Amino acid sequence: MIRYIRRAAGFCLLLLVALLLNATRVQVFDADSLDKNPANRRQTIARYDQPRGNILVDGKTVTGSKDTGEQLRYERTYNNGPLYAPVTGYASQTYGTTLIENAEDGILSGTDSMLSTVPLLNELTRAQQPGGNVSSTIQADMQKAAYNGLGSKKGAVAAIEPTTGKILALVSTPSYDPGLISGTDSSSTRAWTSLNSDVNQPMLNRAIRQVYAPGSTFKVVTAAGILDSGVATDINTPTDTPNPYTLPGTTYQLTNESASDQCKNATLLYAFEVSCNTVFAKLGVDVGLSGMVKTAEAFGFNDSGVKIPSGVAASNFDTKMSNDHLAQSCIGQYDTSATPLQMAMVAAAVANDGQIMYPHLVDKTTRSDRSTVSDTGTKNYRQAMNVTTATQLKTMMEAVVATGTGTNAAIEGATVGGKTGTAQNGIDNSGTPYAWFISYAQKSDSNTPAVAVAVVVEDASANRSDVSGGGNAAPIAKAVMEAALN
Amino acid sequence: MTATTAEAPPPELRLPKRRGVELVLLVAAVLISVFGYVDVGLAKNGSAPADALSYGAGLGLLALLAHLAVHFRAPYADPLLLPIAVLLNGIGLVLIYRLDLETPGDQAAPTQLIWSTLGVALFIAVVVFLRDHRVLQRYAYLSVATALVLMIIPIFFPAVNGAKIWIRIAGFSIQPGEFAKILLAIFFAAYLAANRNALAYTGRKIWKLQLPTMRVFAPILAIWLISVGVLVMERDLGTSLLFFGLFVIMLYVATGRGSWIAIGMVLAAVGAAVVGTLEPHVRSRVEDWLHPFASIDAGEGASQLAQSLFAFGAGGMLGTGLGEGHSILIGFAAKSDFILATAGEELGLFGLTAIFMLYALLAARGYRAGLALRDPFGRLLAIGLASIIAIQVFVIAGGVMDLIPLTGMAMPFLAQGGSSLVTNWMIVALLIRISDSARAPHPGTVETGVIAPIVEDDES
Repeated sequence: MIRYIRRAAGFCLLLLVALLLNATRVQVFDADSLDKNPANRRQTIARYDQPRGNILVDGKTVTGSKDTGEQLRYERTYNNGPLYAPVTGYASQTYGTTLIENAEDGILSGTDSMLSTVPLLNELTRAQQPGGNVSSTIQADMQKAAYNGLGSKKGAVAAIEPTTGKILALVSTPSYDPGLISGTDSSSTRAWTSLNSDVNQPMLNRAIRQVYAPGSTFKVVTAAGILDSGVATDINTPTDTPNPYTLPGTTYQLTNESASDQCKNATLLYAFEVSCNTVFAKLGVDVGLSGMVKTAEAFGFNDSGVKIPSGVAASNFDTKMSNDHLAQSCIGQYDTSATPLQMAMVAAAVANDGQIMYPHLVDKTTRSDRSTVSDTGTKNYRQAMNVTTATQLKTMMEAVVATGTGTNAAIEGATVGGKTGTAQNGIDNSGTPYAWFISYAQKSDSNTPAVAVAVVVEDASANRSDVSGGGNAAPIAKAVMEAALN
Repeated sequence: MTATTAEAPPPELRLPKRRGVELVLLVAAVLISVFGYVDVGLAKNGSAPADALSYGAGLGLLALLAHLAVHFRAPYADPLLLPIAVLLNGIGLVLIYRLDLETPGDQAAPTQLIWSTLGVALFIAVVVFLRDHRVLQRYAYLSVATALVLMIIPIFFPAVNGAKIWIRIAGFSIQPGEFAKILLAIFFAAYLAANRNALAYTGRKIWKLQLPTMRVFAPILAIWLISVGVLVMERDLGTSLLFFGLFVIMLYVATGRGSWIAIGMVLAAVGAAVVGTLEPHVRSRVEDWLHPFASIDAGEGASQLAQSLFAFGAGGMLGTGLGEGHSILIGFAAKSDFILATAGEELGLFGLTAIFMLYALLAARGYRAGLALRDPFGRLLAIGLASIIAIQVFVIAGGVMDLIPLTGMAMPFLAQGGSSLVTNWMIVALLIRISDSARAPHPGTVETGVIAPIVEDDES
């Protein structure tokens, strides 16, 4: 019997050895793949186990974290949610992240290995660093000026520093408070549902993710194409353009907004000042499709790869179309569409001698001890037009503000150039037109432009005959430019 | 571990009692448990729990009372058994308390503490009133009858989580099947002790295979089949696996006939395969075992087993530290069947190994007591009880770590569950009694009573 007892005990020992080997397998060899399994919530828990780094505007934080005491401990808060929502985006425990919160998530949540001051240490210990901070390029007073200017109207503003590409203001209205959807509770779910079902789309970032027909503001691009290609060389020489202009291959007669304007054979300068459709449509067709596509793309149209660091929707200028459509496209109609940021880049190109700097929203990222992780720095994006063309366009755009459709944007003690636009909206122009204004401003005693702005107002409640770029959008642009100049 | 002889050892060879060792180890066990309790409080709230002292005092008092019972009633008992039981019970309380912090609406530790007290009380009762384990032989048939009744009762109660193993009395849930383990072990030990020669040497010989006579073999086979059948009906797979293992080990130790036990194993495997394909409940367990992450790939989230593996994986070598893991993600069974995952995550592979070693020691000491005894009943009972502990640990630990298909079963002493806790305390009490008579200089003599051999042994 003793022999059998020993064998039975030996069998129990085998069971023990099997358990220990298996424990080693699970806890040592498989540990890494188990940790990385997407269904394993531990990484999520660890991510929210420390306060999230902050997004700064003018060196002051516009975000925060609150300790909920729940399993996902720290929840994102926003100090001025609706104002900065198009910049920060949201960071939700339920719905993920967008915009800067998304693009810089590694820094903010502390998982980015760059946060570790000792290289590779992070990889070894798998420990989280405290979250780093992200300094944005936004200027608070400009952001507020744009936000208050739009008020209850639906629209967007984008403002850029032409010499650096820094985005100084990025506003979209109606906006929302990202803090409402930070958590995992039912109130977040309710807020998410109602925000997503709201017909006014408060969560849409109109400044970079929505494209509009740019209307007459596109004439800046068309003018650059006309002058660069040599179809016209002097802005004060009368052009050879009929009024009304019959679109090539059709019987459709293109007219101008106001019958009193002397658009027939007008000079480029005059045509630009009063915004003659006939002149730019005809001359755009003279430049031809490939020339116009080249110019539009030099400004950034058809580029879906712009990251600020979040992706920007591509603005569109058709690369294949008949001449009648080209004519319409050249006055910012037909399929031509642009984000407000793209149109701010158009104004910035003129102000910066034709050179567009790469637009960016993040100035630099820092560790919790204030040491720098990375600086964005200034990069060239594209040369949109010749330097001489840019000089001619400055003259034209400044004339618009001095004596043309954009007098509402004039600022004492500064040089302001602008272009108004009223874009048709909807099939056969059935919707309320959009009011556009793009402009730049430079202090009289400065050598460099301070700011380029694009404003779009889509105000469905407005009486359509009252919608005009100069009336609805220019005052908002002016307020933003004044904030930039002070 | 010398071979036993028929003659009693000379009186002057007094074995040391080792009660002092037991006391020192008990103090250590209580201190380790209190340390764990304080550790949880520090990790979760930054301060030691207010009742750390009273917790320590309570556990210490229970340990002291148990120690006194052993000291006066079983002075020669193995000094390791009680401290291991106290330590495991203490660790279990700490782990359950730690999980309670995550579920404020569902507090299990206070109930577990009451059951622990009851377990120790029963332990003391067994040590005090059961003067000689051989008395139990008289009650072999009563034991088996009671065991079957206990196993059948829950069929008339509603199922909980798919298993019909519970009865509810006055707000307490009791798993009668737990107590049946001991009773069946007593019956098997008594029956096999009385009939082991008949089982081994009579009956037909087919080729090289010595078959037992049906007359002797039928009762055990019947009992065993009934109990396993009942458990399959109740969907208590873990316990049926335990009974099968227990039966095979005791039969082997009693007869030494490995050959037809192997046949039994093969038949059991065939049976398991048949049940596995027919019974969807069993098949899904096997599927889970083979593909623990299938539900994740199917987009249904992690299954309990996957969550359990995540917990073990998160623990790694050293563990996260008490109170700093997230094993609560396992869900409703985190405190019961999956309690080991919390140990694995928060104490790491090192802590888990230590816990396995405690169980191994417990089983080993049981085997050792069996080896040292002279009477076959005591031997078989010791082996049976030690095997119950070993098999339980293997079945549930292997289940939650994806070594074998998962079957619901409580980790002895560790898991939430009063019936299991009380049962295991009684197992330890019986082992104390058995080890005392194994090491005592003058074991008393007791009438074996009603259970006479069915076939007279050639050698007795």
